[in-house]
Amino acid sequence: MKPTPPFTRREFLNTGITLASTAATLPLFLRDSAAALAAQPGAIGAKPGAAEDHVLVVIQLSGGNDGLNTVVPYGFDEYYRVRPVLAVKRNEVLAVDERHGIGLHPQLGAVKRMLDDGLAAVVQGVGYPNPNRSHFASMDIWHTADPSGGRGLGWLGKALDQRAAEAGGVSEPTACICIGPEAPLAAQGRCAKPIAFENANLFQWSGKSLHPALGRSYDQINRVGGETASAQEDDLAFVMRTAADAQIASDRIRAAVRQAPQTDFPQGQLANQLRQVAAMIRAEMPTRVYYVGLGGFDTHAGQLPRQGNLLREFGSAVQGFYRELDAIGQRSRVLTMAFSEFGRRIAQNASNGTDHGTAAPLFLFGEMVRPGLLGDHPSLTETDHGDLIHNVDFRSVYATILDRWMKVNSRAVLGRAFAPARVLKG
Amino acid sequence: MTATSSLKPIRSDRFGPAQARHLLWRAGFGASRGQVEYLASLGVQRAVDYVVDYQKIDTSRLQAPEFDPDIIRPPDPEKRKAFARARKEKDQAVLAEIRRLRNERRARDRQQAGALSRWWLGRMIETPRPLEEKLTLLWHGHFASNYRTVRDSYLLYRQNELFRTHANGNFADLAYGIIHDPAMIAFLNNNSNRARKPNENLARELMELFTLGVGNYSEQDIKQGARALTGYSFHDNDFVFRRHIHDSGEKTILGQKGTLDGDDFVTILLRQPACARFIAYKLYKHFVADFDGEPAGPAGACIEKLAQVLRANRYELTPTLKVLFKSEHFYDDAVVGHKIKSPVELLIGTIRTLNTPVRELGLLVDAMGMMGQALFNPPSVAGWDGGRSWINTSTLFVRQNVCNYLLTGKLPFEDGWTTQRLEYDPTVLEADLAGRSPGSVVDRLMEVSLEADVAPSRRGQFVEFLTQRKKGVTRDALIGLLLLITASPEYQMC
Repeated sequence: MKPTPPFTRREFLNTGITLASTAATLPLFLRDSAAALAAQPGAIGAKPGAAEDHVLVVIQLSGGNDGLNTVVPYGFDEYYRVRPVLAVKRNEVLAVDERHGIGLHPQLGAVKRMLDDGLAAVVQGVGYPNPNRSHFASMDIWHTADPSGGRGLGWLGKALDQRAAEAGGVSEPTACICIGPEAPLAAQGRCAKPIAFENANLFQWSGKSLHPALGRSYDQINRVGGETASAQEDDLAFVMRTAADAQIASDRIRAAVRQAPQTDFPQGQLANQLRQVAAMIRAEMPTRVYYVGLGGFDTHAGQLPRQGNLLREFGSAVQGFYRELDAIGQRSRVLTMAFSEFGRRIAQNASNGTDHGTAAPLFLFGEMVRPGLLGDHPSLTETDHGDLIHNVDFRSVYATILDRWMKVNSRAVLGRAFAPARVLKG
Repeated sequence: MTATSSLKPIRSDRFGPAQARHLLWRAGFGASRGQVEYLASLGVQRAVDYVVDYQKIDTSRLQAPEFDPDIIRPPDPEKRKAFARARKEKDQAVLAEIRRLRNERRARDRQQAGALSRWWLGRMIETPRPLEEKLTLLWHGHFASNYRTVRDSYLLYRQNELFRTHANGNFADLAYGIIHDPAMIAFLNNNSNRARKPNENLARELMELFTLGVGNYSEQDIKQGARALTGYSFHDNDFVFRRHIHDSGEKTILGQKGTLDGDDFVTILLRQPACARFIAYKLYKHFVADFDGEPAGPAGACIEKLAQVLRANRYELTPTLKVLFKSEHFYDDAVVGHKIKSPVELLIGTIRTLNTPVRELGLLVDAMGMMGQALFNPPSVAGWDGGRSWINTSTLFVRQNVCNYLLTGKLPFEDGWTTQRLEYDPTVLEADLAGRSPGSVVDRLMEVSLEADVAPSRRGQFVEFLTQRKKGVTRDALIGLLLLITASPEYQMC
């Protein structure tokens, strides 16, 4: 693969070198820069890396977050040329890689601090071949890790199916908890099914409050029947067992989130979801995957104030989450991934917004990540008709998370082997 | 006890209210006591004929659909030229305006899609031909496409009418119909299937999911099938055959040679024994029993026989369904009460059987989504898995809570509920409940609402609830009892 030419005249003048090339077969390499911390060798977590200890939190940023104003290539003239109104001003960017002129949106101060503390990684230019610019289609692709949109099973569901198979074929009912109105496709497995609720108090029978006698009778009817599963279990027995599991899960979840956090959480929808996640982790739920989200990123018009607010909410929520995890002694166990279904076009549009695009940065948080800016920023001049060309296939990030963090066979989940992206330490 | 696999008709003296109720749960959405007794009085032959030959039943009272066919129009040539010019010249103002209009159109289309879901749910609730809607739903899940991808609510409506028109007709008409259906063509990109650049999507799903099932054809058959389907496209709301991109060369599909087009392709598929077997299997799963994997035991034998009936009737569904619904297998103890209700059966069944108010259709549509069966939005082209996939810790609470909402009007997330919102009088279910003992009341209500075998201990829990009520069998006590019944595991079965 030919070396990538310098992106801008500025870069060429400053450093006199070309950006290093990435051979097609090599996974990501860490970009060292003045601000990024050096990769730290060592164990993934403070505890022995048993899979049971590991929790994955997925934050879905819905709508297609504009990556170019999130991870800002302020050293690239083209960025300012095609975004006369939208571009983040050079003096407002939070510089991360001063050599190449890449930094964060000014409202991502919280993420910048986490980068400095070695708790955050930003993988640049993440996408997939033949990008789809439809919200639903692209999101389905991210959820199923299947360019054809899959057949109703998600990557996390399939991972948890594997874990269930190892545990004798029965999935732990609380293995995956999603906070939102509907469980995402990503969490649907063949036997592993997610728990989903918008509010933990909704995850229970709504008839209890109608009369005390009802609650007692309901419990008699639904709590007994929690016999162990068997291959011969008929459908009614399966329903009874699920009903009993549901009561226990409901009790545990509601008791967990009733606990006030140790630290102060910021306001906001995402912070509220992560507060509940932290509470459930603290209560030692056996949950392996939590799924939360923030919407509103589809900024076709008037992007500046809207995206700024959303990024601030995102950054402060994640920072608050990790602060709480630290206070309750659980920080080493939790890896968080934040993604959006696509980025947006390089040039701004006529409504001071941007339209659907392609590759975008992906965020990882936790003690186990290789901190800093990872990979190469996509070219702003060698593009796909004005859209960024991805450098990293998101499935290679999934592969690392699946193999090394969740300890499942990534090839079985993804349908084929993907060279894992080097985003975790060790 | 092993079930019989016999498709011989049940003896007429064995068909009573219990069997009539079972028929109405499977071929419909449950029924009131009066409806059950009426059907039982007809005897098995006339009862099944009544349910299956539903064209005789008048539906003129049902809400006529009024959907806008122009909700999504193809761009006219003038506009398309203007758009291309604006893109070339980077005329941002024009581009912004085009985008604004497109977003407005899409918002209206989404609104109409919501109206479409509410209309269909309302129709299921009101229809005097419940089997017509159950069959329409079967074909919707079988020939699955979804609104999220197609994004034209009128096309989805037209597809729904295709399924309804031929619901108990001839399966061949459905198979020919679906390759001419604009929504399906759009969903599986067959409008991009052209002679020099074939797209195999429709050909593959036609064989794998719509007619033969996995393993009954080769990749070569798919490639040749794709060639046969080239040019099968649509414009605006109608099918269009684009001759100039159709591959009219010679093809061989499943051993048949010729200059085959899409219709010839379907003809070949229908001739395969695997097709009748596959459709019999789908009918069985929808009306009799869900199971994973390959059909075996009495179910497998029954499906084989049903396939023969379907073939002998040249894919006519009415006589085939009559054989099934009159058969000993259908009324076997291993079948009755042993099927997990789909969300539709749970929701519509509760309204129709317990005569609850309909409440807000929009909220019911949302609940269907939370239970995993969003109408017009199956998760993929493979439709809904059914069976145990309907039941998990999340959906179970939604299922219970939706029954609570129907019975009391109380929503899970609100505090301000009062008994004024009840608007439901459970005494419509039974004429003289007030005078009966708690045990007798429980028995009557269980008879109407529970198909599954109810253990004595469960019955005892219901009776205990009623006997504890100091004021006796009041309206509130009955509603409480119905809440417990609909929240029980047994209520999830039909």
